[in-house]
Amino acid sequence: MADRTIKVETLTRVEGEGGLYVRLSGDAVDEVRLEIYEPPRLFEALLRGRPLEDTPDITARICGICPVAYQMSSVHALESALDVTASAEIRRLRRLLYCGEWIESHGLHMHLLHAPDFLGFDSGLDMAKQFPDEVNRGLRLKKHGNQLVDMLGGRAIHPVNVCVGGFYRMPRRDEFQKLIPDFEWGLNAAVETTRWVAGFEFPDFETECEYISLSHPDEYPMNEGFIKTSSGDSIEVSHYEDEFQERHVPHSTALQAIRKSTGRPYLLGPLARVNLNREQLSPTARQLADEVGLEPLCKNPHRAIIARGLEIVHAYEEALMIMRGDHPTGKPRESYSYQAGEGMAATEAPRGTLFHRYVIDEAGKIVKAVIIPPTSQNQAQIEADLKQWVTQVISDDEQQTARQCENLVRAYDPCISCSTHFLNVKIERT
Amino acid sequence: MEQEKPRLAVFKFASCDGCQLSLLDAEDQLLAVAGALEIVYFPEATSRMEDGPYDIALVEGSVTTLHDAERIQQIRKDSKYLMTIGACATAGGIQALRNWADTDEFIRAVYAKPEYIQVLESSTPISDHVKVDFELRGCPINQYQLIEVIQSLLAGRKPRTPQHSVCLDCKRRGTVCVTVAQGIACLGPVTQSGCHALCPSYHRGCYGCYGPAPQSNLVSLATHMEKEGDSRTEISHRLHNFNAYAPAFRNESQRLLEQDGE
Ligand code: SF4
Ligand code: SF4
Ligand code: SF4
Repeated sequence: MADRTIKVETLTRVEGEGGLYVRLSGDAVDEVRLEIYEPPRLFEALLRGRPLEDTPDITARICGICPVAYQMSSVHALESALDVTASAEIRRLRRLLYCGEWIESHGLHMHLLHAPDFLGFDSGLDMAKQFPDEVNRGLRLKKHGNQLVDMLGGRAIHPVNVCVGGFYRMPRRDEFQKLIPDFEWGLNAAVETTRWVAGFEFPDFETECEYISLSHPDEYPMNEGFIKTSSGDSIEVSHYEDEFQERHVPHSTALQAIRKSTGRPYLLGPLARVNLNREQLSPTARQLADEVGLEPLCKNPHRAIIARGLEIVHAYEEALMIMRGDHPTGKPRESYSYQAGEGMAATEAPRGTLFHRYVIDEAGKIVKAVIIPPTSQNQAQIEADLKQWVTQVISDDEQQTARQCENLVRAYDPCISCSTHFLNVKIERT
Repeated sequence: MEQEKPRLAVFKFASCDGCQLSLLDAEDQLLAVAGALEIVYFPEATSRMEDGPYDIALVEGSVTTLHDAERIQQIRKDSKYLMTIGACATAGGIQALRNWADTDEFIRAVYAKPEYIQVLESSTPISDHVKVDFELRGCPINQYQLIEVIQSLLAGRKPRTPQHSVCLDCKRRGTVCVTVAQGIACLGPVTQSGCHALCPSYHRGCYGCYGPAPQSNLVSLATHMEKEGDSRTEISHRLHNFNAYAPAFRNESQRLLEQDGE
């Protein structure tokens, strides 16, 4: 057979812009490139010289899908530079805010972006004609996530209430209480949703990769912890840049990360988190993981949709626990005074571990910012997995092959706008 | 036969996806809107990708590459109404901060191999390139305003979006002014509303995410802030935000910096 390429010019149902290029000689795969052509927005450069207080508002604008993650990593890293420790109350509210973002982002991805692949639709909207109940349920879950971020953060996209040290204002008791009945309904609905997606037909496909996520002895990882790897390492967040490295490849405006010690890519995100922290899932989510038969170490990236469902269940259960608990009191934020220094932090964005490092000066200005978003870390692993997947799905029907490639990429929910520093499939046979 | 529905397309330039997400976030209205319109191009939401002509094109994001500068020309040709959504598309976005800097230096600061990156020196709003029929402000936009504007375009009437400043909404909501009561710097007097004066209700000053309100008196506000003890650099930093390249904010920050340089 002649050499050929398969190209997807614009990868759809992903956040941001990118394409995919596959070159084959005969049926052998020569090259797979995830091409991120999202124009770079150069955030790390434009933060320099600005007051550190501007950081959570500006970094939120890296991504409209997970602004909370950027805000959380920013404030934690800056607090570490300022030697500020947030109170237990603020910590609890930050987790609550993160629950909202997970419910919103996973809800969106599962129902509007990913499920249509399993059921053969172009979009969630088309799917809604045949599966109105499921899509409406999904939209309601997504809406709850938005309502929670809205309640605590002021608005669902680019919340205004987050600041270094805590929040501008504490939520009121009635704002909490108002959400509880909806969240009780949502917990059950999330369980139903997870059972539904776990019943999809999944392709037989396994990849070998290193899974990486934050981990914490007492809780499912969100804001804090150490970095756990499926190869058995535990890494302090302060050693992040010693262990992981971003490389710049010509075909992408997103940097690609590798593990320094092995020179190999790795995978972050919901599947990695569940694989590494299953024991810390909330009781309902843990039980559900067993019930739907998610393997203890699931190596099939298509099944990440189940991990997302479990994380929604977890987020609802934890959010309910926080909202039913004692209403947070005390001051909304810790005060601080400026000092020159450096601070790092990693938190769990919906798509995986998000690392920030800042150097600040004695006047509280940003001197240097380093932001390592999840998509740029996952990118090299996605390329590696695609290379393997192409050999399994290759056929003479180019459109079909391209579509299968897109399906796999969507399983990772890559957020291309966040790879500040994106998809479209092209298969070439030479 | 069913009447042909208006064809809606959503395009993305340099942006965070937040404004187009507002369309997906209109959960309650989404299915209804999707019923009244044919969404024929919206890569974030659907794999269906049809060529123009389009009745309504929503454009998110700013122009930062040569390729995008060409792409917007074609989109304009293909579209009956072209509407920009958000501060990126309407004012160049936060990424327009590099219009004051050395872009090459910015790229070197972020990328190990700057030679792989090709971008324009500046980040510019869509209206710098093509005729825009309606600009919807905000970073992010307000989803209710978006639905209102789409409905009005469909009905052929003028969209009802507010032109007054954030301050007026503080009064309407009964929010105590954070500047008067707590001496917190606030851009509310010069910022167009659309958020129902959100930030002051969270006990913080407005940081201008809806951009300059028409007829806002920036010199007067800056003078007040100077009297309160803020330096000109601090005040111009405040304006160097998501709408930094909007003419009113741009001119005032320029004036302050020039004064500072004297
Ligand atoms: S205006 Fe703001 S919310 Fe909208 S795309 Fe730009 S950065 Fe995102
Ligand atoms: S808080 Fe700000 S927006 Fe509100 S009235 Fe005062 S100055 Fe105006
Ligand atoms: S108060 Fe100002 S900064 Fe806050 S949301 Fe409204 S326009 Fe944006």
